[in-house]
Amino acid sequence: MRMQSLKKAGLKKAALASLAGLGTLALTAGSAFAAAKDPLNSGDTAWMITSSALVLMMTIPGLGLFYGGMVRKKNVLATLAQSFGATALITVLWMIIGYSIAFTANPNAGTNQFVGGFSYLFLTPMGLNAVTSLAGTIPESVYMFFQMTFAIITPALIAGALADRMKFSAFLWFMGLWLIFVYCPIAHWVWGGGWLGTLGALDYAGGSVVHLNAGTAALVTCLVLGKRIGLGTENMSPHNLVLSVIGASLLWVGWFGFNAGSAVTAGYNAGMAAAATQIATAAAALAWMFAEWIIAKKPSVLGMISGAVAGLVAITPASGFVDPVGALIIGIAAGVVCYISAVWVKKAIGYDDSLDAWGVHGVGGALGAMLTGAFAKNAINSAGKGWLTDGNGHQMLIQFYDVAAVFVYCGIVTFIILKVIDIIIGLRVSPEVEVEGLDINLHGESVHDH
Amino acid sequence: MKLITAIIKPFKLDEVRESLSALGVQGMTVTEVKGYGRQKGHTEIYRGAEYAVSFLPKLKIEVAVKGEMLDAVIEAITSKAKTGQIGDGKIFVTPLEQVVRIRTGETDGDAL
Repeated sequence: MRMQSLKKAGLKKAALASLAGLGTLALTAGSAFAAAKDPLNSGDTAWMITSSALVLMMTIPGLGLFYGGMVRKKNVLATLAQSFGATALITVLWMIIGYSIAFTANPNAGTNQFVGGFSYLFLTPMGLNAVTSLAGTIPESVYMFFQMTFAIITPALIAGALADRMKFSAFLWFMGLWLIFVYCPIAHWVWGGGWLGTLGALDYAGGSVVHLNAGTAALVTCLVLGKRIGLGTENMSPHNLVLSVIGASLLWVGWFGFNAGSAVTAGYNAGMAAAATQIATAAAALAWMFAEWIIAKKPSVLGMISGAVAGLVAITPASGFVDPVGALIIGIAAGVVCYISAVWVKKAIGYDDSLDAWGVHGVGGALGAMLTGAFAKNAINSAGKGWLTDGNGHQMLIQFYDVAAVFVYCGIVTFIILKVIDIIIGLRVSPEVEVEGLDINLHGESVHDH
Repeated sequence: MKLITAIIKPFKLDEVRESLSALGVQGMTVTEVKGYGRQKGHTEIYRGAEYAVSFLPKLKIEVAVKGEMLDAVIEAITSKAKTGQIGDGKIFVTPLEQVVRIRTGETDGDAL
């Protein structure tokens, strides 16, 4: 589709050139030729820089506030430090190695199925006019920045499962190693020319690459770390849900950069992805709210914002492939299923996923990936052909491979990374530090009332 | 002289203060406190995790009065702070040995 619009633009310029007088023919033909050679579309570029900034806003301050409001007051700064620290660290690592191994081709075609090349280390080959075949109408610098913001938020999401008890040093090592050994390869598999994308897995903006991936890592992390001291006996209620509401709202707004930005152009696909995102998010917020209202008798604020985030997660892989009705169904399903997983399943099994990174992002991501296979509509996006919409049941199998591959690979490698860090520097703070609070002990600061 | 310590529901403070002023009570001390009596606490639920909140927010009013005003003050607080619901609070009365106004050095009845 991108190629078609390029051709159209070229024809327009040629027509204009033919209107020009005979005397200037040579000159205009020359400039038309030069214009046709520069594939840059300023509308696409403007939208993609905007989208990148929106996705960055999802992590800082969005995710930081969303999580920060849910922890106890003694750990709020430590929680914000995790989002902020991860943002800075991953930016630098993305520049050094991440973009290269995720989004450039490996010269060996076989190896390229699993990991990208190493020629883009430190981004040195990326000149002013560089354009990648993955995004033909914007500068590669913008595409690199856009993907960087995805690489930032994915590991940062894991922080929801390790809240209140992980060393900051161990956290930073974990973020860096996880980016390189888990996120980058999986992003390459699906989006960078690897085997899952080749297989036909549909993941518009990161249902499996981002959310199932981060959610799986979150589940493994909370199992390896163990429960918080005092879980079940002490009051661990959120210290300030106002912060969480602001954070969730920033996530919602920023998510248009995430989903509509994943069109990598400013056109029909971006528009439909934005509409689908808004519809699914609202439906999921209502679904969680009503489920809780019926079962627990009160529509909690935390429930509404959790439902909205669940809807955003589940529509992520589907946005850009589904129509508004598909989005509505996915949103309702996400609200109910994630309510059950975060509230009932966690309690029944007993793992301490403190802020429900697995319950919302992992479960919502997997659900969204499967429902993308069910509701993708060829009339909305020619790249997708779903089961219920277009009778393509095989897509469900491909989506299942996608979900299973991410779950298994991420689960195993995350476990190995955590064990290595634990042996070398230790993952968890001492019980004294945990009880007294991370803010004052790890960062030497605290939130005061005066 | 008596020291009256009353625990009341926070939203009743203005009514109680006005009625005491009308009686001629010249001052009071108000403190935000937490506690429980027969009302016990309540339960909060966050994503299915239930937390029992045992101590509820109340206000503690302290008023020092001359002996002859005691019954009128108790009557005023009781009538104004009452909602009829559990959790309205309690009034404690203790004898007061001595009062001194720091600025002037006046004592007892003159200092109230």
